[in-house]
Amino acid sequence: MIYREAGVYKSTYREDHAILTIPQDRWAMIGIFAIAFLLIPAVGSEYWLGAIMLPFLILALAALGLNILTGYAGQLSLGTGGFMATGAFSAYKLATSFPDMHILLVILGAGLITAAVGILFGIPSLRIKGFYLAVATLASQFFLIWMFDKFGWFTNYSASGVISAPPMTIFGDVFVTGPEASLVAKYMFTLSVVVLLALVAKNLVRSNIGREWMAVRDMDIAAEIIGIPMLNTKLKAFAVSSFFCGVAGALWAFLYTGSVEPLAFDVNRSFQVLFMIIIGGLGSIMGAFLGAAFIVLLPILLNNLPSLLGLNIKTDMISHIEYMIFGALIVFFLIVEPHGLARLWSLLKEKLRLWPFPH
Amino acid sequence: MRIERDIIYIILAFIVLMVVVPWTAGQLSDQIFFNWPFFFEVAIGGLLSGVMYSLIALGFVLIFKASGVFNFSQGAIVLFAALTLVGLHGLGLPMWLAIVATMGVMFLLAVSIERLVLSKLVNQEPIILFMATIGIAYFLDGFGQTLWGSEVKVLNLGISEAPGFYFDGLILINDFDLFAAGIAAVMVVGLAIFFQYTRIGRALRAVADDHQAALSVGIPLKHIWIIVWTVAGLVGLVAGIMWGSKMGVQFALSLIALKALPVLILGGFTSVPGAIIGGLIIGAGEKLAEVFLAPMIGGGIEEWFAYMLALAFLVFRPQGLFGEKIIERV
Repeated sequence: MIYREAGVYKSTYREDHAILTIPQDRWAMIGIFAIAFLLIPAVGSEYWLGAIMLPFLILALAALGLNILTGYAGQLSLGTGGFMATGAFSAYKLATSFPDMHILLVILGAGLITAAVGILFGIPSLRIKGFYLAVATLASQFFLIWMFDKFGWFTNYSASGVISAPPMTIFGDVFVTGPEASLVAKYMFTLSVVVLLALVAKNLVRSNIGREWMAVRDMDIAAEIIGIPMLNTKLKAFAVSSFFCGVAGALWAFLYTGSVEPLAFDVNRSFQVLFMIIIGGLGSIMGAFLGAAFIVLLPILLNNLPSLLGLNIKTDMISHIEYMIFGALIVFFLIVEPHGLARLWSLLKEKLRLWPFPH
Repeated sequence: MRIERDIIYIILAFIVLMVVVPWTAGQLSDQIFFNWPFFFEVAIGGLLSGVMYSLIALGFVLIFKASGVFNFSQGAIVLFAALTLVGLHGLGLPMWLAIVATMGVMFLLAVSIERLVLSKLVNQEPIILFMATIGIAYFLDGFGQTLWGSEVKVLNLGISEAPGFYFDGLILINDFDLFAAGIAAVMVVGLAIFFQYTRIGRALRAVADDHQAALSVGIPLKHIWIIVWTVAGLVGLVAGIMWGSKMGVQFALSLIALKALPVLILGGFTSVPGAIIGGLIIGAGEKLAEVFLAPMIGGGIEEWFAYMLALAFLVFRPQGLFGEKIIERV
């Protein structure tokens, strides 16, 4: 009764094209932004900002990228970790080769380089489909990680193979990377980038190109017959998706861990991001965030559960039991709601439209 | 017609892999000591280790054929089977009894996977089922190690690991690898007979061809799935015994499944012979590349070479070497 489209009159095309057409939605979004931009930096503890919010935001960005490729364009990929590593290492090379470069330009450049790499590894998708493609993308995962590990040029011939991100500033004197940067600055910077890119993604998928992707996902032959250029569309999906993953990788290395290492982007990272989009909901921007929140928070919760309950279990036992619960929960979620958390959210909205008079 | 073309493909692939690549590599770089006996030694070693990959790929193929599920948990099943076997043996059971008991456990596992997971996910998209098997993989990894502990365990079959010399001492081959290849051959023949000549095997093939048609002639899908997961579990047990006695029963066994994936796509998801031939090609190609190509480009290429090889094959044959041709209709 309160929350519904009826009674919302649109008199301009601008209003008609708005992302959120229902006023309550707009208020809710403003509320979320207020909490994210004002409340969390003000009250969030160091642990919350550094160990939970930062990885959550960055992984949500990577999930967004994979969701564009897998959820919207239908190309199953297990190469996310490799693309994130590409972003991290190209950001590092850019930052060290051009020390005066602005950090936004570094991150943008890292994204563009990753997009180019993504196009290269996306070419086989024209012939290979489905699970065959998923396994084929593992090639990019292993090859890229091996390349960064093996060739000294990428790490500027550092002896240990682990390199730290150079300190960089924004607005002249606010450090966002390096040891001097405050967590609040890091958080605000990451949040801004993620929000901006999420907006870009949202608008991309409801535009022409997003519709082309969805047509290819639903049936690529039919899409080709109605005149959608296959090569073009698939490669665009790979490029945009890798751009997002590249930016996420650069943020991960520069702002979250502060060091660039190939190990952080191994095949488990790829699976982690895939989990996020499937738990969150394939083909949903919102789902990427929900899934990332679930996958980031669940292990932390499971880790702290025994001590909260006062149980005393050996640590290696805890990690095994964690595995068990994690696996069981994934199966449980798939059985209860195969279309992910985003689907639950839209069901809730349907209910809300009728509330409080269901008839 | 199609089979002839396939054979030509395979022969070409073998020629390229086994002769042209290492030979040119040997010619190009001076530091490599290239002679034919050494070359054959590496190639045979590779073929034999490829058999080990095939053992794992077989489990994938069986399940994909019968239920269309891309079973990512095969690696976890291998680990779980090996852990259970070693654990039961450690409790004092003699080896043969432990093997029989583990077979029983694999059957129970198949039943519970069918009851608790698959039957609840009937008619879902393939990617959802794939995710469910990843969930199963996590669960089994954790469950096995919670039950039996996570330290590296020794599984001794009493076969010498010492290398033996063959062909007048020219070529060095590991006896254990030969034994493993023999076991794999026996298993493949056994599976082939099971599929061709038994009632259940015929039902399995019918289900693989067409679920609905199989249902309509009265084949109980549920039982078929349990049987197929049990067979995959038994194949996993054999793979677990082989790999476990080669490198110890430990968590790393679960990761070998990743190595079986390129074997799988190279051979085709739906073909048992494909899994074997794919394993041989991947095994030989990987070892030859590691020995003869890697020194030129920095070494350690074993971890991705198999994937690149499979990718290159797929560009020419998107369904793998022996996979069913993918026919799409609008």
